[in-house]
Amino acid sequence: MNTDRPFWNPYLAGAGLGLTLLLSYVVLGTGLGASGAIARLAAASTHTVASEAVENNAVTGAFYDDGSPLRSYLVAMFVGTLAGGLLSAVSAGRAAIAVERGPRASVSARLGAAVVGGVLAGFGARLSLGCTSGLALSGGAMLQVGSFVFTGATFAAAFAAAPFLKRLWR
Amino acid sequence: MNLYDQGLLDTAAGFAAALVLGLLFGFWLERAGFGSSRKLTSIFYFRDWAVLKVMFSAMAVAAIGLQLLAAMGVVEPLQFYVPDTVIGAQAVGGVVFGLGFVIGGFCPGTAAVGLGSGRIDALVFLIGAGIGSMAFAAAAPAISPLRELGASGRSGIPELLGIDPMTGAIGLLVVALLAFVMAHAVEARMRRIPETYES
Repeated sequence: MNTDRPFWNPYLAGAGLGLTLLLSYVVLGTGLGASGAIARLAAASTHTVASEAVENNAVTGAFYDDGSPLRSYLVAMFVGTLAGGLLSAVSAGRAAIAVERGPRASVSARLGAAVVGGVLAGFGARLSLGCTSGLALSGGAMLQVGSFVFTGATFAAAFAAAPFLKRLWR
Repeated sequence: MNLYDQGLLDTAAGFAAALVLGLLFGFWLERAGFGSSRKLTSIFYFRDWAVLKVMFSAMAVAAIGLQLLAAMGVVEPLQFYVPDTVIGAQAVGGVVFGLGFVIGGFCPGTAAVGLGSGRIDALVFLIGAGIGSMAFAAAAPAISPLRELGASGRSGIPELLGIDPMTGAIGLLVVALLAFVMAHAVEARMRRIPETYES
C-alpha cells in the first residue's frame, strides 16, 4: 500500500469542487449534500425491523411521503460521492482496507471514537438542517447567515476539543 | 429553470444528474486528501490547513460564478433551494457536529470518500452517523423549542447588510484570501516545531 502519493494542490481541488457546486446549482437548483442521504439510509434500515415506529415518527415519517426514503436525489448523490472517492483513490494508488489512526492510537480506540463521533455528527447535522456539504459549503456559496453560524460553531468546537484528543490523531 | 424549480429532483433525470455530480464531488474530495481522517483532523493541530483552503476556495469560486451567471441572466438564484437559517439550532448543532468531526475524524461527505478509499474507520463513522440521525428523529418532539430557536427562514448576508449579492461574493473572496495568507503563515511556523509525544 502506498499512502505517500501526493494529494493535489488544495486550491486546484477547491476550484474543481467549487465548479462542481456551481454545476449542481445550475442543473439541480440546489447544492451538494451528504448527511440527508445518511438519515434516509438509516431510516430505511431501521424500517426493516420497526416499520411502524419509523413511519409514525415526525422526522422519518416524512421520508415515506414519496413511498421510500431511498427515492431521493440525495441518495443517488451519496452513492456517486462514494464511487467518486473510490475511483480517485484507486487511480491514485491510495485505496487500502485499513483503520487510519495516529501513531499512538489503538484500533479499538479509533473505532470507538469513530462511532461516537459519527453519532454526534449525525445528530448535529439533523439539528442544523445540514452538514459541511449542504449547509457550510453549499449554503456558504449562497452567502446564507445560518451557514456561517454553523461553520463558526463547528470549527470553534473542534479546535477547542482537539487538545484533549491528541492521542487519537498525533 | 432547474430540476428543483420544476419539481423534478426526485425523478430519473434528477437521480442521474445527482449521481454524476456526486461522482465529481467525491473525486475532488479524495484528490484533496479528504478520504484521510488524519489529514482532515490535522487542521485542528494547526499543521495542515488544506480543509480551510479547499472549503474557502470552493465557496468563493461557486459564489462568484453564481453571481456572474445571475448577472448574465443564465440563473435566477431565488429559484435555488438553500437551507433555512435557524441561528440557535445551527449554533448548538454546529458545536455538536464539530465535536463529532474531531472525535470521529470525518464529516458525512468525507466519510463517504473515506469508505470509497477502503477505510474501516469511515464505515464505522457512517454507521454512527446513521444512529445519530435516528436518535435525533426520536428526540425531535422533545427538543422542538431548540429546533426552532432563532428560525429566520431564508436569510442571506447581502440582504442583511443591504449590499448587492455580487459585492457579497467578492467580500467572501477577500475573506478567503486573508484566511489563506494566515493559514500559510501558521503552517510555516508549525513546520519549525517538531511533534512531541508525551508518554
